[in-house]
Amino acid sequence: MERIPILRMGRLLLVTIQVDMHDRLAMALQDDLTSRIVSDGAKGVLIDISALDVVDSFIGRMISNTASMARVLDAQTVVVGMQPAVAITLVELGLTLQGVKTALNVERGIKLLEMERK
Amino acid sequence: MVSKMGRKDKGGEHEIRRQAEQFLPLLAKTLQSGDSRDIDGAAWGDLRHLLSEISRARAQQGFSSLETASFIFALKEPLFDHLRQALVSQPQQLADEIAATSSLFDRLGLFTIEVHQKAREQVILRQQQELMELSTPVVQLWKNVLALPLIGTLDSSRTQVVMESLLQKIVETGAMIAIIDITGVPTVDTLVAQHLLKTIAAARLMGADCIVSGIRPQIAQTIVHLGVNLEDVITKATLADAFLVALARTGSQISFDKAAD
Repeated sequence: MERIPILRMGRLLLVTIQVDMHDRLAMALQDDLTSRIVSDGAKGVLIDISALDVVDSFIGRMISNTASMARVLDAQTVVVGMQPAVAITLVELGLTLQGVKTALNVERGIKLLEMERK
Repeated sequence: MVSKMGRKDKGGEHEIRRQAEQFLPLLAKTLQSGDSRDIDGAAWGDLRHLLSEISRARAQQGFSSLETASFIFALKEPLFDHLRQALVSQPQQLADEIAATSSLFDRLGLFTIEVHQKAREQVILRQQQELMELSTPVVQLWKNVLALPLIGTLDSSRTQVVMESLLQKIVETGAMIAIIDITGVPTVDTLVAQHLLKTIAAARLMGADCIVSGIRPQIAQTIVHLGVNLEDVITKATLADAFLVALARTGSQISFDKAAD
């Protein structure tokens, strides 16, 4: 079964979503990510969605849930690289990802997490 | 007929004569080809096309709908004269013919008015779109700082344009702060506030914070009376204040040269 790779960068984890999400994949990602946060002792998670051109309410909720899970495990989550069209769709759907941090790209996301930790 | 058209300066006598020369033979041909008087029918297609063209051209030249329709109505009287002379000995048939012709020309006249109206509406629509594009500039004030001066009422279609251009500019410049200046927005009601909040939420999803500035005293009162929640948004009275906050956030500084003061 295909899985979404989770890359480790120091104390951060980078998740790049490049394929169409469906519920099994989302569940597998949440499983993998939570166990990696615990095993690697990660303090921050970057979810890169720059490759997503379209989103629906399912993906929106999935991202928001994943971020909440990471936060429970004491890892700050930043959603990075959202496309303008995706941002507009999410706002129209009423999913403003309250409580989730956002950044324009991975670089900015890393900076944001570093500033948070200081 | 030409004298009845008025406004000779715009179309020109020559132009009207040319149009009438196209119109009348076509009308005669259409009437001979079938006895249907239903101008929506297929037989009247060519004539409708010609009238639409004339009408549209006049709308663009700035004629009023009355002046456009009088092209058709001015034809009535010469035709009635003609009928009167031809049917001078048959009053019953004359009355019938005049009634039928009159109703046909009325319908043609109304048709031209309708086309004229539609053409004018298209002009208005195009102008609205142009106005919308003109009135939503996103300017870069400083490194990582954008300003979005809003002027005019904020309706849903405009919010869409504003949102798109703002987000696009955020991607292009990598801005971290966007200042939305609403000095030029005449009124803020719940709908406008909701549109503002939507734009702010979308910018936040792209990793940019928004500051709302240019809130006039009356608008501040309205916002509170309406119960709009702007507590999660940084608000400033003037663009200058907002700019200072933006500079502090992005780690830039401006200093004033006291000697020049």
